[in-house]
Amino acid sequence: MDITYTAEEQAFRAEVRRFLDEKLPRDVSAKVRQGKRLTRDDHLRWHAALAERGWLAVHWPTQYGGTGWGPVQRHIFDEECAAAGAPQIIPFGVSMVAPVIIRFGTEEQKRHYLPRILDGIDWWCQGYSEPGAGSDLASLKTRAVRDGDHYVVNGQKTWTTLGQHANMIFCLVRTDPAAKMQEGISFLLIDMATPGVTVRPIITLDGEHEVNEVFFDDVRVPAGNLVGQENKGWTCAKYLLTYERTGIAGVGMAKAALRHLKTVAARQIAQGRPLIEDPQVRRQIAEVEIDLMALEMTNLRVIAAVQGGGVPGAESSILKVRGTEIRQAITDLLRRAVGPYALPFPQDALEAGGAAAEPVGPDHAAPLSAQYFNRRKLSIYGGSNEIQKNIIAKMILGL
Amino acid sequence: MDFTLNDEQRMLDDTVNRLVRERYGFEQRIRYGREPKGYSDETWALLAELGLLSVPFAEEDGGIGGGGVELMVLHQAFGRGLTLEPYLATVVLGGGLVARLGSAEQRAALLPAVIAGELTLALAYGEPAGRYEPLWIETRAGRSGDGWRLTGRKAVVLNGDGAGRLLVTARTAGQPGERDGVSVFLVDPAQPGVTLRGYPTIDGLRAAELTLDGAELPADALLGREGAAADALEAVLAAGCAALAAEAVGAMEAACELTLDYLKTRQQFGGPIGRFQVLQHRMVDMRIALEQARSMAILAACSLDRPAAERERRIAAAKVLIGRSGRFIAEQAIQMHGGMGMTEEAAISHYAKRLVMIDHWLGDADHHLARFAALPEAEGGLEQAA
Ligand SMILES: Cc1cc2nc3c(=O)[nH]c(=O)nc-3n(C[C@H](O)[C@H](O)[C@H](O)COP(=O)(O)OP(=O)(O)OC[C@H]3O[C@@H](n4cnc5c(N)ncnc54)[C@H](O)[C@@H]3O)c2cc1C
Repeated sequence: MDITYTAEEQAFRAEVRRFLDEKLPRDVSAKVRQGKRLTRDDHLRWHAALAERGWLAVHWPTQYGGTGWGPVQRHIFDEECAAAGAPQIIPFGVSMVAPVIIRFGTEEQKRHYLPRILDGIDWWCQGYSEPGAGSDLASLKTRAVRDGDHYVVNGQKTWTTLGQHANMIFCLVRTDPAAKMQEGISFLLIDMATPGVTVRPIITLDGEHEVNEVFFDDVRVPAGNLVGQENKGWTCAKYLLTYERTGIAGVGMAKAALRHLKTVAARQIAQGRPLIEDPQVRRQIAEVEIDLMALEMTNLRVIAAVQGGGVPGAESSILKVRGTEIRQAITDLLRRAVGPYALPFPQDALEAGGAAAEPVGPDHAAPLSAQYFNRRKLSIYGGSNEIQKNIIAKMILGL
Repeated sequence: MDFTLNDEQRMLDDTVNRLVRERYGFEQRIRYGREPKGYSDETWALLAELGLLSVPFAEEDGGIGGGGVELMVLHQAFGRGLTLEPYLATVVLGGGLVARLGSAEQRAALLPAVIAGELTLALAYGEPAGRYEPLWIETRAGRSGDGWRLTGRKAVVLNGDGAGRLLVTARTAGQPGERDGVSVFLVDPAQPGVTLRGYPTIDGLRAAELTLDGAELPADALLGREGAAADALEAVLAAGCAALAAEAVGAMEAACELTLDYLKTRQQFGGPIGRFQVLQHRMVDMRIALEQARSMAILAACSLDRPAAERERRIAAAKVLIGRSGRFIAEQAIQMHGGMGMTEEAAISHYAKRLVMIDHWLGDADHHLARFAALPEAEGGLEQAA
């Protein structure tokens, strides 16, 4: 057993670091570090820098423009990106719909959509959840009825992340209402500029516009936008979920957040002294740091196990539960670290363009409470932590 | 031992609960929050009209001499409605300090106006480098002619930007952290040398940063004896903590009701999600946390008249438990509401924000835990409590 990285892996890490140093836009990483909200353009610039280097599609096979990296390289890459303050790559195109198109799509679909994802021409969003279908995804009701060489779509999707920026949405739709729940579902690609598509914002508790409702009113979608077979969309959905849940441990992001916590605790003054000198605070930080070390090792074990290819199974549920708990614990400590300065809600200081608004209290304090509340989502989306535990109970424990 | 309310307290409870029920629906609260001062002038006037602003003051000051239990009754209702009016800042903290420290003239000049709803107050005690420690005061007050000259900064002053008068702690002697040398001054926010920067807080209230840049005050701006305000300051902060504990309980009750309701109505997998045992047990844990919090709010309310050593220990204990259970209930309520719990439009997220933020007002659970551990064990226990 040897838990050190090989010489090649270390060389790869150095190469990633060099790239980040040169190509990650400084203003964007500054925003990420300060917890400011990113614009569409901020994401696109980072996306373009990665695409130029050929490092955007980390999961894809090389023949389609992917990196062909193994899990260890992907992990190193994630870790370095988070450490450098890179924005998260918006996953819906690159990491979600693309693997489905590669696996189930027609040659024409691959030729059309994959390059547009790499070029940043298409911004995808995910149309799975509906008001009545959250954890119970298979109860979805959005209907698609075949009419000549089109499907006519009616229904509503919700919680659509960054749908306001997207021009394409991939949807699960019901094509056979008579079939059993999972069986009459199809996987459909919809151009959001089609007449009858309406996007309405949902404002979250931290005042952010991150999610949306999407309405479909007699939307005519070319039949050629069906991926895989009609009524067999659940297969695509499940395949996509395994991708949604890789990298879900978020170790890189947790490490970056932990470093930030230490910086904040060192800069924060409590009765005239740095907060970090308080033994109770040091102990709280130490505990979460130890939990994170354990998660990192668990994550590496899972990664090593799938190094040969494929994607992790129910183990990813372990990573999701623990990873989100740890990230939430760190944001909780960050909020608490700033004491009374957790109270101000300086909306304009969080806005991307709001750099001019002077923060209340120390400048590191402004985003921390909003972030704490925003990160409650981590244990809700991508399959809630309760659902992950159900999976673990069933698949790992056989209960 | 008797945990029931007497007739007068019951009447108070009915009055304030009716007011909150009828005038403080969720939509109304949102509207009030958008008003210039961040609360409803109309509701404030109504509170005055109903005599509720007089509750804690002594009869000789025009009040009805209410104690901790009356305070608890009021704030529990405020918590249920997530009210925004500056009762804590004006009546409990500001008014409480005037009542304790003020001369007869000062009380006569201020308290009737407070009781009538004409004057709002704010207590500026915390400082940027002090974290939650009220005696960490770097603001200095020096003699200047007949009067005083104040220089320093105050952090996150509750309702500081709309207040008619500020009560400002400053050092007339000693070093930050010391008990001696703490004085309280009455400051007109409009006077030269005083700068306020107001802002909204995450829980929907308003606060301000206060800068005093050589502000010149008249001799009678000093409340009480020079340098001897620490005891009174601690006593009103204790009352403030008891009020916050009661508000937290009110907010927890509402959060638990909303969540329970959601578990019974939200359908997934062909039935209400409340049939999943893991959620049932979570809901039970929330209920247990609520009852524990309620107990500590009662203990806090009934300890305000006890000797300082005993009062401080119990208040610290209450604030620790309230902080922890509030956060637990807030987080679980959001989680069990799923995506809905993350939205601004759902009332539950506002209860959750208030519950988490209550911990940051007047000292959080970490702060009060350290205090509790450091305070000497007081004489006697519950057996000596009234
Ligand atoms: C910020 C955010 C972004 C999102 N982005 C997207 C997106 O881009 N696209 C998209 O399609 N969806 C998205 N979602 C939706 C997300 O996937 C759902 O919120 C999630 O599946 C939970 O569904 P729900 O909100 O309807 O909660 P419900 O399913 O109603 O769950 C409510 C509660 O009940 C629990 N529960 C439900 N079933 C069980 C069970 N069997 N056993 C135990 N507990 C159970 C849940 O864990 C939860 O605590 C997003 C959600 C959020 C909050």
